[in-house]
Amino acid sequence: MDISFDLLLNAIFSGLLLGGFYAALSLGVSISFGMLDIVNIAHPAMVILGAYLSWWLNEKFGIDPILAGFLLGPFFFLVGNLIYRLYYDRFEKGGGGDSLRGLAFFFGILFIIEMILILAFGVDYRNVNTSYTDKTISFGVVTVAYRLLIPFVISVGLLLVIRWAFKKTYFGRAVSAVAQDPLALQLMGVNPVKIKGYAFGLSLFTAVVGGAMLIIIQSVQPSAGREYIGLVFAIVVLGGMGNLTGTLLGAMILGVAESMTATFAGPSWAPAVSFGLLLLTLVFRPQGIFGK
Amino acid sequence: MLHGNFRRSLLIASLAIMGAVGFGSVSAQEKPPLRIGFGMAETGAMAANGKAAKLAMEIWREDINAKGGLLGRKVEFVTYDDQTNPSLVPGIYTKLIESDKVDLVVSGYGTNLIAPAMPTIMQRNLTFVSLFGTAVNQKFNYPRYFQVMPNGEDPAVGLTYGFFEAAMQASPKPTTVALVGGDAEYPALALEGARINAKKMGLKIVYDKTYPPNTTDYAPVIRAIQATNPDVVFVASYPPDTVGMIRAANEVGLKTKVFGGGMIGLGFAAVKKQLGPLLNGVVGFELYVPEPTIKFPGVEAFLKKYQGRAEKEGVDPLGFYLPPYGYAMMEVLGTAIEKVGSLDQGKLADYMHKNTFKTVVGDITFANNGEWKVGRPLYVQYKGVQGNDIDQFRKPGKAPIMFPKDLKSGELRTPYEEARKQ
Repeated sequence: MDISFDLLLNAIFSGLLLGGFYAALSLGVSISFGMLDIVNIAHPAMVILGAYLSWWLNEKFGIDPILAGFLLGPFFFLVGNLIYRLYYDRFEKGGGGDSLRGLAFFFGILFIIEMILILAFGVDYRNVNTSYTDKTISFGVVTVAYRLLIPFVISVGLLLVIRWAFKKTYFGRAVSAVAQDPLALQLMGVNPVKIKGYAFGLSLFTAVVGGAMLIIIQSVQPSAGREYIGLVFAIVVLGGMGNLTGTLLGAMILGVAESMTATFAGPSWAPAVSFGLLLLTLVFRPQGIFGK
Repeated sequence: MLHGNFRRSLLIASLAIMGAVGFGSVSAQEKPPLRIGFGMAETGAMAANGKAAKLAMEIWREDINAKGGLLGRKVEFVTYDDQTNPSLVPGIYTKLIESDKVDLVVSGYGTNLIAPAMPTIMQRNLTFVSLFGTAVNQKFNYPRYFQVMPNGEDPAVGLTYGFFEAAMQASPKPTTVALVGGDAEYPALALEGARINAKKMGLKIVYDKTYPPNTTDYAPVIRAIQATNPDVVFVASYPPDTVGMIRAANEVGLKTKVFGGGMIGLGFAAVKKQLGPLLNGVVGFELYVPEPTIKFPGVEAFLKKYQGRAEKEGVDPLGFYLPPYGYAMMEVLGTAIEKVGSLDQGKLADYMHKNTFKTVVGDITFANNGEWKVGRPLYVQYKGVQGNDIDQFRKPGKAPIMFPKDLKSGELRTPYEEARKQ
């Protein structure tokens, strides 16, 4: 195939937008897995739960799904806090070392969420049509769909705000500290369990916002989250564990790699190229492209 | 004495009559139920269709039991959720046959979940009626396999033939085609058939690639296709990618004469609702549409029953795609049992091979390989779809049939970039 400039430019932009959305999905995992060392395998299922609840608010009250996602955020934050307390009591208390059982715990949550969604909403595909879903905007030769542009903008914005909060606020610095040395933090008079609970709640806040974005990008069904499990963990590892900027850039690298491969080599090669990049990173830079 | 004899005789006669009537009725009541077992995708990626199919099969069971059951026995179902997971299927069928000791088994929904059941079924020489398996028997060549989906004797070719016949109605005739589909079993088969059909029609293949099923953005795929400037774009997809490809075609502004293909999902109410006017111009695959040329006896009554329960069950509210065929599959099995008068697996298979079945999806005659002798997938072109209300699809006119010719109810509009604006 001839590589035209238009095609190349569109492929790069498509990849960046896709990467922005992937970053929103991975942000919570970057916090829970990268910073708190909690393998929340149910995170994508929580994204789908967020997508369904956003859909429901849109169906019942006509609320824009993205706004619905932010409205649901505080509720998810509290639920995340409670889940972490339970996780801590059962698996972390007394020195931890029970990560396999913890993993099974989150697998259980994944299945419970899927079953709740099936019982509550059925198994049909759900989606939200907004006024901007099928519209596009052109910048010269580049055409961009609003359903990808809006999640991109919100995702980058959310990530920058969280990154700022982690660097500049007491809570953020406490989360960073708990990831490095919880005992030292305790000696400073801060309750690491409380801090980790808040941080885990924040990761679920990002899950519901990611779900709200997902429902305008594509239709979802209860088990749709399983398709994203590998992707979100790969992005977090690629960008560097717990490095939020790395998560954003890692997501964009995978997005652009996927888009370029789909355009010029054949879309079925896209996962091979993406995960090939991950393997190369693990071999030559195990701490991730942008480090911890 | 005479009086005493008479009384004794009367007593004996009464007991005899009571015995005959009483024991007879007890015996009828105690006839064990006829148990039919199957796995069905009630969770997982194919659950939306699996649950709709199960509801249709339940409606058949209620209908047949209201008529007195089969062979004088009430029909019961023994079912398990296969979770859309092919690896669970052999275990489910082994359990149904060996542990639950069901009288008969039928398949769950879809190629990926039918094929894994085949070795278990074949080892026991069971007659197996299946629902929407594409070319499953191509490799097994099992003589007691029967499939209910109107693909025709050569499923891969028959499934997509109609699309190419419809596309060739364009004027001037197309000369090039782009083929694209998901990396999964059904799209692979559909693409295989599409290549054969494209060659038959004299179309030059200018793009022939697949994409991973969990692709999020299809715009790069559509742009790559556009770069090859094909007259026809054929897509073989499952519901999520069907939506993604149509959306991307609209966003990119795909310029081609005919766009569509074997896109599963277009028959689902949820996909119709989601896409709304984006469907206009697409030449897609349907199995039932309420067009005036298509009248299967009993289908409307069935759909009325189904639609009355669909919302409560949380399944496809229109039920045009799979449910009538789920009901028809059970009609085939039920008719064969009634006509044969037993559950002899060999006799049931013989009967199915030799006879035509009247069902809610029309007459079904099986070829030697268990597929329909004559295929009949409907290729329609969506027109005049406005807004996202699914009720508009309950009436004729929104999906006129382009193929087969005997059911044709509209003319093809080209090129796609113009047709999609109407």
